[in-house]
Amino acid sequence: MNTTIKPKHQRLVLLVVAVIAMIGATLLAIVALRDQASYFYLPSEIGAAETGRDIRLGGMVEHGSIVTQEDGITIHFIVGDGEARQPVSFTGIAPALFVEGSGVVAEGSMAADGTFMASNLLAKHDENYMPRELAELDTDEVRAQIEATLQ
Amino acid sequence: MHGFANPARFLRLAKWLTPVLLVTGLVMAIAALVYSYTSMPPDRLMGDSVKILPLHVAVSWLGMGGWTMIAIASLVELVWRHPLAAIAARAAAVPGAVFAFCCLATGSIWGRPTWGTWWVWDGRLTSMLVLLFLYLGYIALTSALAREGGSSRIAAIFGLVGAINIPIINRSVVWWNSLHQPPSLTMGNSAIDPVYLYPLAVSTLGFSLLFGAIVLMRMRAILADMQAEARLRRKAQAAAGSMAEGTA
Repeated sequence: MNTTIKPKHQRLVLLVVAVIAMIGATLLAIVALRDQASYFYLPSEIGAAETGRDIRLGGMVEHGSIVTQEDGITIHFIVGDGEARQPVSFTGIAPALFVEGSGVVAEGSMAADGTFMASNLLAKHDENYMPRELAELDTDEVRAQIEATLQ
Repeated sequence: MHGFANPARFLRLAKWLTPVLLVTGLVMAIAALVYSYTSMPPDRLMGDSVKILPLHVAVSWLGMGGWTMIAIASLVELVWRHPLAAIAARAAAVPGAVFAFCCLATGSIWGRPTWGTWWVWDGRLTSMLVLLFLYLGYIALTSALAREGGSSRIAAIFGLVGAINIPIINRSVVWWNSLHQPPSLTMGNSAIDPVYLYPLAVSTLGFSLLFGAIVLMRMRAILADMQAEARLRRKAQAAAGSMAEGTA
């Protein structure tokens, strides 16, 4: 009886083992990077951040929270993630997509009074694409609308 | 499987398939882009800059698809020693790199008006840039091996190891907080309105056919190069042989 393995199958087994080892190593690295590779902190994660250190804060701009200050160029608003709410102050020109109910990434640092002092704002677009006729809807309603038309 | 291993049979197939893919791909891609730049309605938030969506998604998909093809061809080469696999992997590298570069370029142009920045080092953008560098390394390696006559198995191992970056790019927006938005198209679900989704689908299919045509052209060119080299070598050997006879 012939018990030798075909070279073709030997190579296949060897390669499968190598690929599994590689994926395993990468998964370990990714799990270890989980916190470090994020681009920003959520409001619920930022509480422990030391004051004065440069960090990024990301989340949704709460409805009705944008208040323009007396100097005309400073705005105060609240960033939320469904768990925590973080007051933010920003002086300068906000990007066009910076609107209430939309995502934002603010670069800056925590002040002693618990306000996040932003030096730069980046608008974070969500995954929904929809024409202007439905502009007044919020994210969940947009999603429901698209799914209804695609059915 | 080994039916396609025959280069003569492959060349016969590629000869008529190349123009078919090229023409259909060009027509679909151009139609989708012209439609998206002239007739697509503005997005509720980002306005007219949504017009770049069908182009950006198509080139990004092919930037990642190119390396997926390299990885599959590398696996076939390493396990089954398929003679055309190494050529297919080599042929996919340059178009893949061009598409990866176009992904970064269109994304950057799109990012400026929507996010307010050309570039950030978030998970998605960084892993895509790594893919471009992997392509450049792979191209340098395969062209050096082709010139110096080394084993293409080294390139195949590079192709397989580099493939680990593809699922990382895909999942980067899910695993890590990133400025780039999470996926709009998931298993059977779309967050993209049909007015954008259909041009996107046509554009992606058109560019994919175009990619196929370019890979076939490059495979034919590489095969022709190899034939020409083999012929030169035989001639040189024959000449050396007759000279040796003459001196004897």
